[in-house]
Amino acid sequence: MTTAPGTTPIGTGWPPSPLTVEQLREIAGGVPDPEIPVLTLHDLGILRDVQVTADGTVEVTLTPTYTGCPATGVIAGDVETALRTAGVARIAVRTVLAPAWTTDWMSRDGHRKLREYGIAPPGPCRPAQSVQSGPRSIGLTLSARCPRCGSARTREISRFGSTPCKSLWSCLSCAEPFDSFKAI
Amino acid sequence: MTAASLSSRPLHTDDVDQTEIDQTEINQTALATYVLGLGDDALILAQRLGEWITRAPQIEEDIALGNIALDLLGQARTLLSYAGDLEGRISGTPRDEDDLAFLRDEREFRNVHLVEIENGDFAVTMARQLVFSAYQYELYTALLTSIDPTLSALAAKAVKEVAYHRDHATQWVIRLGDGTPESHDRMQAALDRVWPYVEEVFDSADTAGILAGLPGIAADPAALRPVWSFFVENVIRTATLSVPAPTWRSRGGRTGYHSENLGHLLPDMQNLHRSHPGAIW
Repeated sequence: MTTAPGTTPIGTGWPPSPLTVEQLREIAGGVPDPEIPVLTLHDLGILRDVQVTADGTVEVTLTPTYTGCPATGVIAGDVETALRTAGVARIAVRTVLAPAWTTDWMSRDGHRKLREYGIAPPGPCRPAQSVQSGPRSIGLTLSARCPRCGSARTREISRFGSTPCKSLWSCLSCAEPFDSFKAI
Repeated sequence: MTAASLSSRPLHTDDVDQTEIDQTEINQTALATYVLGLGDDALILAQRLGEWITRAPQIEEDIALGNIALDLLGQARTLLSYAGDLEGRISGTPRDEDDLAFLRDEREFRNVHLVEIENGDFAVTMARQLVFSAYQYELYTALLTSIDPTLSALAAKAVKEVAYHRDHATQWVIRLGDGTPESHDRMQAALDRVWPYVEEVFDSADTAGILAGLPGIAADPAALRPVWSFFVENVIRTATLSVPAPTWRSRGGRTGYHSENLGHLLPDMQNLHRSHPGAIW
């Protein structure tokens, strides 16, 4: 378990947080993603669980978007800071891999916010395409819709973008380049 | 990928239920060795791909190779943490991912030779990516049903990432193979350069003892070969290239015998950590 630094109780007493689990979940889920700050952890769907243990420790379970995503550590730190600011004394943030995160867990609100921010939201993830199809040639994918002008006349420039979760596209109608969230 | 410390916030595996697995010492040792081999493959290739950063043919490719390296590094972190943890259950002195990545010498690495060979030109790197990502795709697909919860959890995560790596390599091999006479010849030369290292990836001989102790847990690489061949040979045909028939093959990586290449790679990767023990960002 990744026990966040500074989980030692301050002073002699550490009264259990008066906040309910729902309130704690709201605080943790409201933390913005460090790389796409318009999205909250709730929007992304990477906040898996919030529990309060018998000794009053608030346990937060996160799942990474990609195994190597460098933001994972920053997010854990931000969650800890948010809870501490809300008066929680004992916090433990842990990261679990299973079940594997999928962009299908992203909220509808998250899709809208992404579009407004200039990033094309992910299409539906098709496990049949990405996991279980076995040998295949290059699959057909629908083009991402331009978040600026809404055109579907777009072209993928690179399957890999500025962060592991995005690919790079260009709009043929308005000629603007844009990021698209990869469906995984 | 020259992080001074990988372990500022490691991914943890201690919450998974290990009770289903037979806890004999032999199986623990076999599992630790198996996991270490998979982790070393990912780590060393991540390091190799990182060498392309600022040197790729175009900026999109720079970013793509950096992203692929990062995915592999993420897989390596999970696998090495797990291997070190398993090792600790036997020896009583667990090693963390940094100990394993930065403080082992050449003979202690268990990666196959394929991942340590030099990048060569872009075609060689793409040929290696095709071979390796298609292998990893089948490996992680097989591990989805592993009874080891850590391996199956990682596989579920990693198979989605590797599907992108495989598509990327496929596109480039086809584009270069079915391109100009120059790109065709260089892509074919790249396949010829990489193919002597293929056999070792699927060779179960050196790891037969280990695999025998891990039924339902590990994936026998030899069993992945047919479906791998079907995919890769299809790509090669589409690219108007031919499958090489090498006259020699590499061996020994899984038992710690490496080519000179690894000896050059390790100082680059380990220097910072060894010069500044315990340094963190």
